[in-house]
Amino acid sequence: MLVPYLWLIAFFLLPFLIVLKISLSQTATAQPPYTPVFDLEAGWAGLKEFFADLSFVNYQSLAADWLYLASYLKSLEIAAVSTLILAVLGYALAYGMARAPRRVQPVLVTLIVLPFWTSFLIRIYAWINILQRDGLLNQALTALKLVDEPPVWLATDTAIYIGMVYSYLPFMVLPIYAALERMDETLLEAAADLGCPPWKAFWLVTFPLSLPGLIAGALLCFIPIVGEFVIPDLLGGSETVMIGQTLWTEFFTNRDWPIASTVAVVLLIVLVGPIMVYRQFEARALARE
Amino acid sequence: MSNGKAQAKVLGMKPEFAPWTDPDAQPLVRFHQVTKRFGATAAVDRVTLDIYEGEFFALLGPSGCGKTTLLRLLAGFERPSEGRILLTGEDLGPVPPHRRPVNMMFQAYALFPHLTVAGNVAFGLKQDGLARAEIERRVAEMLALVRLEGLEQRKPHQLSGGQRQRVALARALVKRPKVLLLDEPLAALDRKLREDTRFELMQLQSRLGLTFVIVTHDREEAMTLADRIAVMDRGHIVQVATPAEIYEQPRSRFVAEFIGDVNLIEGGLASIDRGGVALESAAGRLIAADAGEAKAGDRIWLAVRPEKVRITLDQPAGAANCVSGEVVGIGYLGDVSTYHVRLSTGPMMQATAANVTRLVERPIGRGDQVWLSWSPEVGVVLVR
Repeated sequence: MLVPYLWLIAFFLLPFLIVLKISLSQTATAQPPYTPVFDLEAGWAGLKEFFADLSFVNYQSLAADWLYLASYLKSLEIAAVSTLILAVLGYALAYGMARAPRRVQPVLVTLIVLPFWTSFLIRIYAWINILQRDGLLNQALTALKLVDEPPVWLATDTAIYIGMVYSYLPFMVLPIYAALERMDETLLEAAADLGCPPWKAFWLVTFPLSLPGLIAGALLCFIPIVGEFVIPDLLGGSETVMIGQTLWTEFFTNRDWPIASTVAVVLLIVLVGPIMVYRQFEARALARE
Repeated sequence: MSNGKAQAKVLGMKPEFAPWTDPDAQPLVRFHQVTKRFGATAAVDRVTLDIYEGEFFALLGPSGCGKTTLLRLLAGFERPSEGRILLTGEDLGPVPPHRRPVNMMFQAYALFPHLTVAGNVAFGLKQDGLARAEIERRVAEMLALVRLEGLEQRKPHQLSGGQRQRVALARALVKRPKVLLLDEPLAALDRKLREDTRFELMQLQSRLGLTFVIVTHDREEAMTLADRIAVMDRGHIVQVATPAEIYEQPRSRFVAEFIGDVNLIEGGLASIDRGGVALESAAGRLIAADAGEAKAGDRIWLAVRPEKVRITLDQPAGAANCVSGEVVGIGYLGDVSTYHVRLSTGPMMQATAANVTRLVERPIGRGDQVWLSWSPEVGVVLVR
């Protein structure tokens, strides 16, 4: 029973404490590139000095600089819109799967999971090929005479949304499918028997019963999308900067580990919000039971 | 429809409610040559059946006989492959399930897990767009009727099996359907609860004056509840009659065996005359009062219920049918004992005797030589 806790301490809590510590440090031209550095040999006085040197200066500069706030807001916006599109698309897909004949359902689930068998990076590079000026999409559109002038896809927010929806769709579909598949179909017969037409039975019975699946799927998409780096970096334009990219720039281009760590800590705090909302929802559901 | 009917049924009197005997009576529900095929197999095969207003009607048969399909056809969840179903003379064919004035109580209840007890019962009324106050009044009234007051805000999984069953009943009854369909309504309850609930169902039906159609594989349930029973076998209705008629006048071996224990003695019909019917059988020469559908020379089965067979240690004087044998087994049930007897001519027979005294001077034991006798009136001659 201790194993999960040891795991969490070793691979979540300790790394987080290290990042938290770096976010309270200052940049230095040294190895590692920040001060103070923890030194056991300095004894009690050294320890006191170490804590005295920690400060919230980085958090202040983060709040003061419009760039960071804009970056957070853009990430939340992209995550929210993507999750919304994913919810609509994913629900329709999951509903179709759950309504398919029993024996083809495992095949459909496999098909949903199938893209994971190829590297994520390769799939995103494939999208570059599809979305570029003379890519597959524009070739198809011109061939079908739907457009006169091939539109620009790559390096736009649309490309980011396409990439996000494509990559995260399985995470939305599977929990909703699991909820729908568990549902007793005689409930719909009962609804019809009591005078409820099919479209209404969907909203009164099917949808509320699949809501936990939908919420789980939305969280599984929203949280990683906020911190997504690869998709906006490869498919998005230079004017769209998500927080993951900001973090990357601070870390690797500016070599400012303390501010990069601050960005990471704040991101974590921002994401705890939706998780708390979900926990609240779950607790309410449990309390009702 | 009155309390008189329920009383008559409870007291075992001959009920005066018998619209099926009235040639002018219009049936409430009429199945006309209804066939339902799933692939190549016919789950329901050319069924013609009338059900009258105020009737408690039972569809009885082994699993897979098509009784549930017949019920689902009436509810509208299945569409007949052939034939028509009429409700008060109107063809139900084009009417989708949500517009049919019938309600169903599902076998596993199918309660909405996300709604409270009150929400479940109110569901159907809300679909009719009734005023809030009216809905609340009728839900409260119905919950009082099934004794669920105080549980309005519970969710289905917080209820016991018996309570869930009553919520399902209330939900189906609250819309005052022209016909209430019950699909094995008591199957999920334990034995004691099932017997109590049976009685409640009967009272409820006569109090509300509604037409109930119940599907069951439990013959006791069908016999105690129903005004009439339709016995089904492999998609066909093999007999429709009152419980007493089904028991005492079965039309086939299938019905006779399905509706209780029976001795079936195979033989040939030797002769018919004024005095009765003479049979040549494996058990010897036997006499029956009535030939039924049989003619002289036919291969027949004589059906005799075990409780109508007398078992004695001494040969009874002047018995019309009397055979001897050896007791090979006794099933003691407390109130009655069933004796399994191997006749000296070979076949097995059963006789049931009530244990009317606590101590018997000369009890019949295993291995005893006994005589089985019965009067000509109790045997039913069957050709199928």
